[in-house]
Amino acid sequence: MIYTQNEIEESIRMFRSQRLDIRTITMGISLRDCASDSGETARRRIYDKICRLAEHLVRVGEEISLEYGIPIINKRISVTPMALIAEASSERNYTAFAKTLDHAAKTVGVNFLGGFSALVQKGYTRGDRTLIRSIPQALAETDRVCASVNVGSTSAGINMDAVRQMGYVVKALAHRTASAGGLGCAKLVIFANAVEDNPFMAGAFHGTGEPECVINVGLSGPGVIKSALESVRGERFDVVAETIKKTAFKITRMGELVAREASRRLGVPFGIIDLSLAPTPAVGDSVARIFQELGLEMVGAPGSTAALALLNDAVKKGGIMASSHVGGLSGAFIPVTEDEGMVEAVRAGALTIEKLEAMTCVCSVGLDMIAIPGDTPASTISGLIADEAAIGVTNHKTTAVRLIPVPGKTEGDWVEFGGLLGGGPIMAVSAFGSSAFIDRGGRIPAPVHSFKN
Amino acid sequence: MDAIVTVVGKDQVGIIAGVTHELSQAGINILTISQTILDEYFTMIMKVDLGGMILARQELNARLEYAGQRLGVQITLIHEEVLKAMHRI
Repeated sequence: MIYTQNEIEESIRMFRSQRLDIRTITMGISLRDCASDSGETARRRIYDKICRLAEHLVRVGEEISLEYGIPIINKRISVTPMALIAEASSERNYTAFAKTLDHAAKTVGVNFLGGFSALVQKGYTRGDRTLIRSIPQALAETDRVCASVNVGSTSAGINMDAVRQMGYVVKALAHRTASAGGLGCAKLVIFANAVEDNPFMAGAFHGTGEPECVINVGLSGPGVIKSALESVRGERFDVVAETIKKTAFKITRMGELVAREASRRLGVPFGIIDLSLAPTPAVGDSVARIFQELGLEMVGAPGSTAALALLNDAVKKGGIMASSHVGGLSGAFIPVTEDEGMVEAVRAGALTIEKLEAMTCVCSVGLDMIAIPGDTPASTISGLIADEAAIGVTNHKTTAVRLIPVPGKTEGDWVEFGGLLGGGPIMAVSAFGSSAFIDRGGRIPAPVHSFKN
Repeated sequence: MDAIVTVVGKDQVGIIAGVTHELSQAGINILTISQTILDEYFTMIMKVDLGGMILARQELNARLEYAGQRLGVQITLIHEEVLKAMHRI
């Protein structure tokens, strides 16, 4: 036998009991050739192009899943930031573009489509302004469209006008989707240093440096990492890091196999593999539980930032060795409502927004899927966005904010979003105001890249 | 296209016969078999060739699932490429 019994059993266990899966096969589609001075023409081109290129995406994903015996959870699409395409028209509201994207997503059968986006880290164009103004209505009136706005970058600094505006946009979106607990906000990400090839939602978009069409694959598997760590209980951190690296390597190799096969069958180039430990609300699929396995009583306890730094780095190192093209975010996600272990830590009082913010200094993304009181002022939300953007811009990394001010709920109440988005308690936000700070507007200059202390 | 079939469960008469019968009915050729019994637990690992398979994968999965229930064992089929990717550089 070419493989040992242990190797075969290890792989079977990963799929059967440790919830290893391909989280998403995301097809990136450029819509740059769809722009037109007539919105109607542009929308027709957009719909036709998405339906043409992604026609077989779902079927091919299901075939590969069945043939290889690997669960492939989601098939998704990312498109060129819509502000770039829609602004060729003179329309004053881009909701119709979002509806076209939604319609196309439903026609080809993908569950999310990302790219109702604008990149305004240095400033706005007319189209960026229109798109951002349209977000609350566009996301409230569509089901599968995800939006993102990039408000800062290491080379441009932070656009504080956009930071201020996004506070209001988040509030307005929560208000428009109040009957669903402000669910619309789960489809909106505010980034600093956004990446152009991220396959994960809600922040996926197809960057301008990307090819015409590309296949990116997002992998997950916190349960696999936790199980691997169970076998090295009490060992030194050198052993822990090595164990995570080896496991990440195996997972990523499996993802690369699927990515290359999907690329071949669809006749579309392979872009990148993104190995990110992305939790779901299911038991056994939690990033928070890894912290406990590492020896912390709960995530949020002192040592959590160090644990996350180790985890994130080891995952990246294992992934980079396993695939020639690693991209996206690649690391560990720490959303709250999507992770039953995080939810438990919040309920126990172990985890606060302030600790989460500290942890985002060393991991992928940022303040993610956090439910906050519905009466949180827009300026406070902007303050949180500014803090996250500053962490990303100063540390040369991607950071993101996905906050949900749940209408009518206050600290300690429970909100349920259902499905992969999960549910959780409303977390406390500082009662001290930021409005005079946020009202200044303008730009925070790019940080100096030398004299690092 | 090769795959690895594992069969694990409490030993009883007819496990190999039952599993290989299902495979032959599906047009699947067995390339190698290794089988052990440890503390009454039966473990078999087979390398098979799916090239001549006359069933759809879904149908094969359903039949193996049913045969596993009948024989009191867990039957898993995993694509060899997956193992190669994960365990060989």
